[in-house]
Amino acid sequence: MAGSNAQDYIKHHLGNLTYGELPAGYVRECDGRDTQTLTESTWTFACNGNEAKDMGFAAFHVDSLAWSGGLGIIMCLLFWMGARKATAGVPSGFLNFVETIIEFIDTQVRDSFHGKSKLVAPLSLVIFCWVFLMNLMDLIPVDFVPGTFSWIMTSFFGWTAQEAYFKIVPSTDPNITLSMSFSVMLLVIFFTIKAKGVGGFVGTLTLHPFEASNPVLKALLMPVNLLLETIGLLAKPVSLGLRLFGNMYAGEFVFIMLAAMMGAWQFIGAWPWAVFHILVITLQAFIFMVLTIVYLSMAVEDH
Amino acid sequence: MNINMTIIGQAIWFALFVFFCMKFVWPPISRALEERKQKIAEGLSAADRAERDLELAQEKATANLKEAKEKAAEIIDQANRRANQIVDEAKEAARTEGERLVAKAQSEIDQEVNRAREQLRKEVAVLALSGAEKVLGGEVNQDAHKQMLEQLAAEL
Repeated sequence: MAGSNAQDYIKHHLGNLTYGELPAGYVRECDGRDTQTLTESTWTFACNGNEAKDMGFAAFHVDSLAWSGGLGIIMCLLFWMGARKATAGVPSGFLNFVETIIEFIDTQVRDSFHGKSKLVAPLSLVIFCWVFLMNLMDLIPVDFVPGTFSWIMTSFFGWTAQEAYFKIVPSTDPNITLSMSFSVMLLVIFFTIKAKGVGGFVGTLTLHPFEASNPVLKALLMPVNLLLETIGLLAKPVSLGLRLFGNMYAGEFVFIMLAAMMGAWQFIGAWPWAVFHILVITLQAFIFMVLTIVYLSMAVEDH
Repeated sequence: MNINMTIIGQAIWFALFVFFCMKFVWPPISRALEERKQKIAEGLSAADRAERDLELAQEKATANLKEAKEKAAEIIDQANRRANQIVDEAKEAARTEGERLVAKAQSEIDQEVNRAREQLRKEVAVLALSGAEKVLGGEVNQDAHKQMLEQLAAEL
């Protein structure tokens, strides 16, 4: 375990492995190392939370990106294997499983999305399965992978244990969830413009919710409408991303607290929470997908 | 919980996976599902059709059977009637034939009897004559006694 007490332990578990740019003249104060002043801006791994913060926007959460990408690749490969075996005849075991998921997604999309699009169904498939897999990492005991990572880095690469941040649940990283939700927002804008034209898109932002038939009044109401609608447009992805993040972060936090309090006995406390958490994992993936479909559906339909 | 370029990285992952699924996963599987749905629908309608055909065939078969039975009954009836007729005809023919034979035999018998009676009559006349000759010891003139002899023969 990395931290000397419970607080440090929890803090360490909530930190991401961050690779980013530290500016010139930055004073690095890492535990277990000499203080070092950078002569020029450097790309490096942050050795503590402060450094990660000081890196600002020019940084990557390597663990989040690696796990989300790895899980996504596994998901795509599994589906691809299923798709290659796809046949109109009697499906085999694995194809059955893939088809069940596809049909489930297809039903959801058909129920909620009434436009015609080749994108929405695969998009929903990716969102549901990918988010589910990312959430599923929550069920791996909290020290299992980070501990292994820490051991490898300290044994073979000369890192200190404090430096070896590692989070394996990408959806407890707001970057990941907000990235997906804002991608969805861009798609919503794209769908709106495609369905109603640029004028129509501007119209949805400026002509509602206050409507007027008098042109002067209309022009007067436009700024108000624009403000409200812009807030509404932005509130969707923010709530979508933060909902998933909040749920998963809270779940992960409980696991970490249980681990911090109970040590090796954490499984006794974590097991009931894990059982309950299975529900949250699936539900949040499902909600993210359904809301995406609904937002896109709203984009192509008239109010 | 810093917001940083991870957002862009994740968006790239997202776009890649969505693109991959849109190109290589969703179309083949949904096409296969669609084809299977169609196949099953065709199979079901074929089964329906077959069932209807079977019903029709059964109805037809029943009707045919009924017709055949009726025809058979008719034929049997006809045959019976014909047989009766034939028997009747045969009986009639046999009776007529019998009657004819009987009549013929009767007439033959009658003829024979007549013939025998003639013969006898002639022989009796001769016998009577010779008997009378012997009794009388003399000759009987045949011409003289002709009338008497004929009378005798007629009485026999």
